[in-house]
Amino acid sequence: MIALIIFGAVFVFALGCSIAMLFAKNAVHTALFLVGSQVALAVAFLLQGAHFVAAVQIIIYAGAIMVLFLFVVMLLGVDRSEVLVEPLPAQRQLALALGALLAAGITYIALTSVDLIGADRTQDLAAINRNPGNVLAVARTLFSRYLLGFEATSVLLVAAIVGVMVLARRVDSVTALGAEAPSSEEREVA
Amino acid sequence: MPEFTPPQVQLAGVAPEITLLVSALILLIVDTLIGERPNRWFLPVMATAGLVLAGAFAASTWGDNELQLSGAIALDGFASFVKISLAVFGLLTVWVGRDYLVRDALEDSEFYALVLLAVAGMMLMAAAADLIIMFLALETFSIALYVLVAFKSGSLTSQESAMKYFLLGAFSSAFFLLGIALTYGAVGSTALYGGRDPVSEPGIASFLSTSPTANTGLLVLATGFLIIGLGFKIAAVPFHAWTPDAYQGAPSPITGFMAAGTKFAAFAAILRLFDATLFSLRAEWRPLVIAIAVATMIIGSVLAVVQDDIKRLLAYSSIAHAGFILTAVIAANDRGVSGALFYLATYGLAVLGAFAVVSVVSGQDEARVRLAGYKGLFFDHPALAVALTLFLLSLAGVPVTAGFFGKLVVFGAAVQASYSWVVAIGVITSAIAAFFYLKIMVRMYLEESEGESSPLPIGRLAAGVIAITAVATIGFGVVPGPLLRAAEDATMFFQPAPETGQAPLGG
Repeated sequence: MIALIIFGAVFVFALGCSIAMLFAKNAVHTALFLVGSQVALAVAFLLQGAHFVAAVQIIIYAGAIMVLFLFVVMLLGVDRSEVLVEPLPAQRQLALALGALLAAGITYIALTSVDLIGADRTQDLAAINRNPGNVLAVARTLFSRYLLGFEATSVLLVAAIVGVMVLARRVDSVTALGAEAPSSEEREVA
Repeated sequence: MPEFTPPQVQLAGVAPEITLLVSALILLIVDTLIGERPNRWFLPVMATAGLVLAGAFAASTWGDNELQLSGAIALDGFASFVKISLAVFGLLTVWVGRDYLVRDALEDSEFYALVLLAVAGMMLMAAAADLIIMFLALETFSIALYVLVAFKSGSLTSQESAMKYFLLGAFSSAFFLLGIALTYGAVGSTALYGGRDPVSEPGIASFLSTSPTANTGLLVLATGFLIIGLGFKIAAVPFHAWTPDAYQGAPSPITGFMAAGTKFAAFAAILRLFDATLFSLRAEWRPLVIAIAVATMIIGSVLAVVQDDIKRLLAYSSIAHAGFILTAVIAANDRGVSGALFYLATYGLAVLGAFAVVSVVSGQDEARVRLAGYKGLFFDHPALAVALTLFLLSLAGVPVTAGFFGKLVVFGAAVQASYSWVVAIGVITSAIAAFFYLKIMVRMYLEESEGESSPLPIGRLAAGVIAITAVATIGFGVVPGPLLRAAEDATMFFQPAPETGQAPLGG
């Protein structure tokens, strides 16, 4: 019963944050509302017994990615107003239509309980949570079954870092070439 | 859950990838320590050493048939064949790239490091026996290529094409990832093969051979998403929109590498995924792949006719080639797999040679890439013109070149699988394609060059690459036997489990 009340509160909060995010005028407020909605989702994951995913949700999404968002917002200038011209003329109508389709699909699946997956794995999760625990189980899988994937991710990051070095060092020569692009000094002043 | 059992770490399977990663890191460190030098000859030498060593490691596992690292990678002849070819492609790219970078004063150790990392990613893709590994490998070489496309500093075209490639690439990666997630939902694992016991070690292949067909709905949906993700990398219609722009803006040696290497790696994944793992679902995915193949062949060939930039023209030609190779995927038989391997190896050599010629002819800052720039090339630089002719004939599939046998085996496999009507479309579009290859040849031989002929500085490395690829294109055209037999020997991993009853499928 308590779980249900928390569940309801969390989702009201998450929905409220998401709606507020859409209508906030200030970019920083938008980002903060997004953080609120991410944290609410993390609580929802905790309720489901997915402790590791909840921690990741906080550290990666509410933490790292939102800080990155805020960095970009600050770099571009918080109080710069954008002229909103929609390049795709029918995109609002299209978004409404597709959203309605998605909602209809979810409702259909929820009402008819179509069994797409075939196997119910919630019991597995409960058993693992009792022994040896969610986080430990993830760690064991990560360093045995998915060891190569874990290491391959580091190679991927090396490639990305080398790439960033190349692109960052060459920015000046490109902006010098394009006359319309402001130089780095001008942007700092602005 | 039992106590933690440390995994068996066998390094033999990933030795080529580790070699490339280590040599890329050493190359970056050495360059930093030595500092600015007018002639940094040691960079291509180190890259060459790394690639040769990686190729040797790949060759040493030829003929193995096992899964390693908890079923994450497959050690088989198929992976060895692809890895050796990719090492050769990497070598040719490094050599042409060296001359290109020196000419345009762009040389940086990062270029070689990124090429090595890209080859490492492509090699891992060929061996991947787990969708997660496949995705990580795909992202590794994609990120390296996004940056390499933007390597022409000061060129807005290069930056713009890299941006387009990156945004659309990220979009297609999302589809691929969604496909993986749905696969996990359906199967309970991302492993392609799975162990002998389908309950404790689930995998897609063992799931399909043990469960009734009624449960495969989600997996079929996942298959569709996986086709989108991989179709983007092979530049199949309708996921081809980035190709002409990226090929045009990238430095010419990198364009050749993208056409040869990316295509090979992505097709290796497609062949392993569809012709081996999802073989028993072929009734579901075949119509989709046939539609993509037919559209790819027609649109690639027809749109190439109206191009007047040689790099865009070759980009559309590479789209058409993706369609031809897809006919082998549709066939889904042994001849299809070995035919696709032969086709991709010979196509890679021809397209790398063609872009080596383009890289030389285009001159400083790639100013001369219009077809008009090729007028009278034969009279100014006969050797270049003859070599380019040879590559174009091979791409067109004219006899006595390697491309002819490639088309023969690929179309032969599709006929064997009773898809003659797809082959008929392939033959017609090949004839259309021959028209625009001829268009370039007419410019080179029959028209006068405009203005004065400027001297073209031809580097020794680039000249060497053009010579090697030209000899290989003719050589495999006259004596295709050894390479064809090697492609037939390059069988894919199969689970030696008699109770599944699924016929092993190899190359």
